[in-house]
Amino acid sequence: MLSISGLFFSYKDTNILENIDIKLHKGKILSVVGPNGTGKTTLLKCIAGIMKPEKGTIRINDKDASRMKRIELARCISYVPQSAPSKFPLNVFDAVLMGRRPHITWKPSKKDLNMVAEIIKSMGLEDIALRDFDQLSGGQKQKVLLARAVAQDADYLLLDEPTSNLDLKHQMEVMKMVSGMVQGNGAAAILAMHDLNLASRFSDTIMMLNSGKIFCHGDPRQVITVKNIKSVYGVEAKIYMNDSHPYIMPN
Amino acid sequence: MEGNDDICKKYKGLSGKKFSFIILLLVVLFFISLIALSQGASSLGFKDSFIALFKHTGLAHAIIWKLRLPRIVMAMLVGCGLAIAGTIFQAILKNPLASPYTLGIASSAGFGAVTAIIFGGSFHSEYLIAGTAFFFALLSSFLILGIAKFRGSSPETMILAGIAIMFFFSSLSSLFQYMGTLEKVHEIVFWFFGSLSKIGWKEIGIVSLMVFLTIPVLLRWSWDFNLLAAGDDSAKALGVNVTKIRMFGIIFASLITAASISFTGVIGFIGLVAPHIARMVVGGDHWFLVPASGLIGTILVLAADTLGRTLWAPQVIPIGIVTSFIGVPFFFYLLIKRKRGYW
Repeated sequence: MLSISGLFFSYKDTNILENIDIKLHKGKILSVVGPNGTGKTTLLKCIAGIMKPEKGTIRINDKDASRMKRIELARCISYVPQSAPSKFPLNVFDAVLMGRRPHITWKPSKKDLNMVAEIIKSMGLEDIALRDFDQLSGGQKQKVLLARAVAQDADYLLLDEPTSNLDLKHQMEVMKMVSGMVQGNGAAAILAMHDLNLASRFSDTIMMLNSGKIFCHGDPRQVITVKNIKSVYGVEAKIYMNDSHPYIMPN
Repeated sequence: MEGNDDICKKYKGLSGKKFSFIILLLVVLFFISLIALSQGASSLGFKDSFIALFKHTGLAHAIIWKLRLPRIVMAMLVGCGLAIAGTIFQAILKNPLASPYTLGIASSAGFGAVTAIIFGGSFHSEYLIAGTAFFFALLSSFLILGIAKFRGSSPETMILAGIAIMFFFSSLSSLFQYMGTLEKVHEIVFWFFGSLSKIGWKEIGIVSLMVFLTIPVLLRWSWDFNLLAAGDDSAKALGVNVTKIRMFGIIFASLITAASISFTGVIGFIGLVAPHIARMVVGGDHWFLVPASGLIGTILVLAADTLGRTLWAPQVIPIGIVTSFIGVPFFFYLLIKRKRGYW
């Protein structure tokens, strides 16, 4: 289980995150939503050990994350940033293989190579396996970054805006992949999301942040409500239910 | 599993091609070394030079062991060292223009040499010049590391600090040259051209120690260098200690640079161009890029020195000049021929 309690983060006297509590069990997807600048990315970076929280504890499988070495943390948590690197001079196979970095000292073993090949195949990337990463489209790059996270073989996946800049088809593909990774591998995922409808459809729980604080947290039906959207985003909207998931249509 | 094996096979095939390129470079280096050994002010021929390598008497033996071999070995070491240092600087600063110049290391070494030449008086010797150049080269990299520690180790901070240091030491060198006598200025200009003429086995020992001790460490970090290109956040999330890699990368690359240029003067350009040539062929994986770049640097400097001392023998054209004359057109050729952006 991933558990976060009383997490605070501030930058130059401005509080970015205040008193964040999360409990995430394996096999579950949590989406963190909220307006721009509300601390979603900072939260993911604090959990991934990229930023150091000011206060609070993060426990990963009952271990205090602040006492874990960076490499140890990388074996438990994988992080996919919001945007793909503008220049990454490796081919797709190498880029996915990088996910094995926390498990390898000098050179990848045969097992590592086979694992990467398996992931590439299962994600439908075999046709572009040896193509340069820089030549790929935005959607393909996002899939490769996801494949890298799978190769990392971590219990917890942190994905920052995994569907931003993607067309509808790729959005669905990526979200289904994440869903499959969580269900198939017994992992758990935290997604920072802007698209409330995708968050509603694919998440077990949603946490809505407002100015760095938890505004509400729970089942998508409890969080995606007309009142909450109005309070946090300042937008009037209608909610439609489909297959027990709430979908939002702004007025 | 059939599909997996296919993908693995293709990947291994590609890696095999990169490995073959490194072997090819070694073969080319072997032949250029033979040519370098046999050519010079007195032409010995392939056979006689080879015999003289193992015979312990005679003029040919003296020419080979005291004049040519130290020069050849040093050319190879310096070429290899500067190329690898350039590769590391480019990786950790994520900048295609990074080289020992960008961080002001070459110009501060130059300033060290100028100081020794101008103020060394009658005491100034090769070792005093090399020692001061080495000291100042390291001083500039520690200055950059100090600033990075204070302001955060972002590539932008380091490059800006390096460029500021470069201009500062260049201006100081110019000021001292302005104040120096004609004879001393001539000596300074000669140092800046780069020269392999006064190299002995002791100097080779020092430089090879620096180069060969650092290469295994840099290869061990090849994955981390690869990951820096993915961005600091991704690298950290994959377990890379970004600050440590950047700090020690700079220290090691600076040590190689300082040791190389202190004895030979500024052989510029190689640290910039060799990594790019290697990258165009083997791609961005540092496991292949570091050795390929080192070998290309070795070949370029050795070829340049051999040409420089044979073209108008017994007149010797300074190594720094010939390196640029060979490297620039070759680099342009590759730049134009290679259409897609490799960086």
